[in-house]
Amino acid sequence: MQLALVVGDVVATVKDGNLTGTRLLLLQPIAASGEASGRTLVALDSVGAGVGEHVFFVRGREAAFPFYPSEPPTDAAVVGIVDSWTNEG
Amino acid sequence: MQIGRVVGTVVATQKHRKLEGAKLLLVQPLTLDGQPRGIAVLAIDSVGAGVGEKVLLVIEGKAAGDALGKKAAAVDAAIIGIVDMVDYSDE
Repeated sequence: MQLALVVGDVVATVKDGNLTGTRLLLLQPIAASGEASGRTLVALDSVGAGVGEHVFFVRGREAAFPFYPSEPPTDAAVVGIVDSWTNEG
Repeated sequence: MQIGRVVGTVVATQKHRKLEGAKLLLVQPLTLDGQPRGIAVLAIDSVGAGVGEKVLLVIEGKAAGDALGKKAAAVDAAIIGIVDMVDYSDE
């Protein structure tokens, strides 16, 4: 998983049938220091996150698991809202 | 597997139910000479690692799910060991 900041919403009216009813969020991955790191990406939301919140997300095949028994074709999903984190690195 | 160092802890009250009870740690992957490599990853801890320790990290969904002990859990990284030492020679 990785830390990210939700920086936007994505609206797509025409999409795969298994994506119907899902929310799409625009994420900026962040380093432990809190700085933006790497490219932004679009992820499905499974926890009700919103713009401005820090979250963590899972990549790959496992990104579809929160939506079981539906199997949305996704490669990223937000699975938690971060209250706080420490960085002693 | 990769070698990394635990650099922090993460608190997330609201998370997917399959992750309830999981301990989440921030792990910085390292090169062989101990330098940070890439962005820190958030991994579930199945061995009781703590901040500052060098750990074995799997970044793959099936392995991470097995470490968590739950099938079809939405995880893709897990700490599966604490490294005592690495013995290697750079010829």
